[in-house]
Amino acid sequence: MKNSPMAEQKVTATTTGGLAGVVDWVDARFPLTSNIKNHLTEYYAPKNFNFWYFFGSLALLVLVMQIVTGIFLTMHYKPDAQQAFASVEYIMRDVFGGNIIRYMHSTGASMFFVVVYMHMFRGLIYGSYRTPRELIWLFGVGIFLVLMGEAFFGYLLPWGQMSYWGAQVIVNLFSTVPFIGPDLSEWLRGDYLVSDATLNRFFAFHVIALPLVLLGLVAVHLIALHEVGSNNPDGVEIKAHKDKKTGIPLDGIPFHPYYSVKDLVGVVVFLMVFAAIVFFAPEMGGYFLEANNFVPADPLKTPAHIAPVWYFTPYYSILRAVPPIGISQFPGVVAMGLSVVVFAFLPWLDRGAVKSIRYRGALYKRWLAAFVVSFLILGYLGTVPADVWGQFGAWMGKADRATVVARICMTVYFLFFALMPWYTKRDKTKPVPERVTH
Amino acid sequence: MKSILLSLLLLPVLALANEAEITVKAPVDLGNHESLQRGARTFVNYCLNCHSANYMRYNRLQDIGLSEKQIKDNLLLAGDKVGDTMQVAIDPKDAKKWFGATPPDLSVEVRARGADWLYAYLRGFYKDDTRPTGWNNTVYDKVAMPHVLYELQGVQVLNHETHALELVKPGKLSPAEYNEMVGDLTNFMAFMAEPAKQSRQFIGIFVLLFLGVLFVLVKKIKTEYWKDIK
Repeated sequence: MKNSPMAEQKVTATTTGGLAGVVDWVDARFPLTSNIKNHLTEYYAPKNFNFWYFFGSLALLVLVMQIVTGIFLTMHYKPDAQQAFASVEYIMRDVFGGNIIRYMHSTGASMFFVVVYMHMFRGLIYGSYRTPRELIWLFGVGIFLVLMGEAFFGYLLPWGQMSYWGAQVIVNLFSTVPFIGPDLSEWLRGDYLVSDATLNRFFAFHVIALPLVLLGLVAVHLIALHEVGSNNPDGVEIKAHKDKKTGIPLDGIPFHPYYSVKDLVGVVVFLMVFAAIVFFAPEMGGYFLEANNFVPADPLKTPAHIAPVWYFTPYYSILRAVPPIGISQFPGVVAMGLSVVVFAFLPWLDRGAVKSIRYRGALYKRWLAAFVVSFLILGYLGTVPADVWGQFGAWMGKADRATVVARICMTVYFLFFALMPWYTKRDKTKPVPERVTH
Repeated sequence: MKSILLSLLLLPVLALANEAEITVKAPVDLGNHESLQRGARTFVNYCLNCHSANYMRYNRLQDIGLSEKQIKDNLLLAGDKVGDTMQVAIDPKDAKKWFGATPPDLSVEVRARGADWLYAYLRGFYKDDTRPTGWNNTVYDKVAMPHVLYELQGVQVLNHETHALELVKPGKLSPAEYNEMVGDLTNFMAFMAEPAKQSRQFIGIFVLLFLGVLFVLVKKIKTEYWKDIK
């Protein structure tokens, strides 16, 4: 009797003690060490990452910041048409640190798009969407779409004039759908106009529905990435040259510690920019927080100029640039939708012999430059009224100059995608090196 | 590629140049407590009869150097508590009947319109007999609000040829004194629109200093780790 507990202990006792013992205990029940190895210490990334490769980890950082600040905002915010505006001012004035949390969240929204646009541009120039990374790209496009939804739903919550009328305009886009349109937009709003019911459902979408989808998509984006490995500025596959003994890519280095410490530098620089905005220019001259949104929502008073926040303006420009058919604005809505979704087709549109812009010919570079310039001009034009540059003379039917420019840019925008199979194939590419250049 | 990045960052700054019209610059100086206190007094005496500031608490005026006792003795209406927000006694329905529009809450007016606009507005009232109140405004045409401060400013008329305002009947204050008074008022309303602005900027300096030091450290770590990557 006396000896039996001792004997039992001997059987279950592990050979190591302390922290290692705990890790062993967990590993026997959960793949902790193997996951750390697979995704950090033995995930081999190309050693030639440059500036553009900071934005993936930065996107993750902003996501976490948005979730954490969002949780604290939710503790004090009231999703109620009578109280929403006041509760935001309450956060700004009476909640301890509330103004900084709120500015972090509003700045985070804009910076999320800055980071994601840079991240997408990286994919574009280095061909990161090409085989075998098509799925990573598709999940990424999904993240981008959900992010746009997240930003749109969240923008209604402060319940200012721009929140209200922005939501009104966007939901009304759905009413242009033939036959079912009006019913569809009413169903989305939950009312005949944007109201308390709309605010409540947008709140639900913003704080739980879309964040869940977003997190899921980010997870599969990363799982797919770690399955095939990262692309790099040379667009060569590092897995083609492995160490014969260890099987480790010769140009690969463990993500941790090399890229964890490198990304840390990027994180600190990013946080400096971020903090400069949050603490010294949270409105960013009206581009991150619009002046009109400090006027409480008023369903009876339409603002003279309704414009979306800057990150939506390229698409908004396209919406405005497409002429209606009869009285139907539906073509513009379709064009706008297409301008976002078209990114998903990139892996199958690009027929280039090389991935990276470093070895592409002049033809591709010119098209890419034209696309970027068009995107920026469209973005600017979306922030201003269509008559900002005045009108052409009678020879152009007195058309708004800005509208004509927007139409040209929109054409370039779509031609960049539509003609891609042709110009990437015809392009005179340079020879790609066997190994990465570093 | 660096230039693309740069142009992306500069885009918001470049796109600013709209909305001119307002040519005066409001004398906003959030560090000038005396100006803010004078502005607070003007606000409570003149504006707060019709306009509320529902998000502004009286005790927040401690941020501009007033003690709780000073606030109680000089600014509070009977019955209000120092922790209350600046409510207004006027019934919105009555206000709508009298003025044609409910006087807006002024808590964040400066953030909505800008301090320069407000400063120009407060100086821009002129006599216009075609308006129900007898007053019009150069920066807000057909405004429903009468010129509450006309006893102080006097009566201005608009010269329709030069589009300039002319003082036809002097008020209790000289034009310079009046400008200073509405300047103080604008300054106070800029403070009221975001009372925590100064403390936010103060904290920001330390955050940036901290990040600056952190940058040097992480950069050193990175260099140390990467020196064996050839």
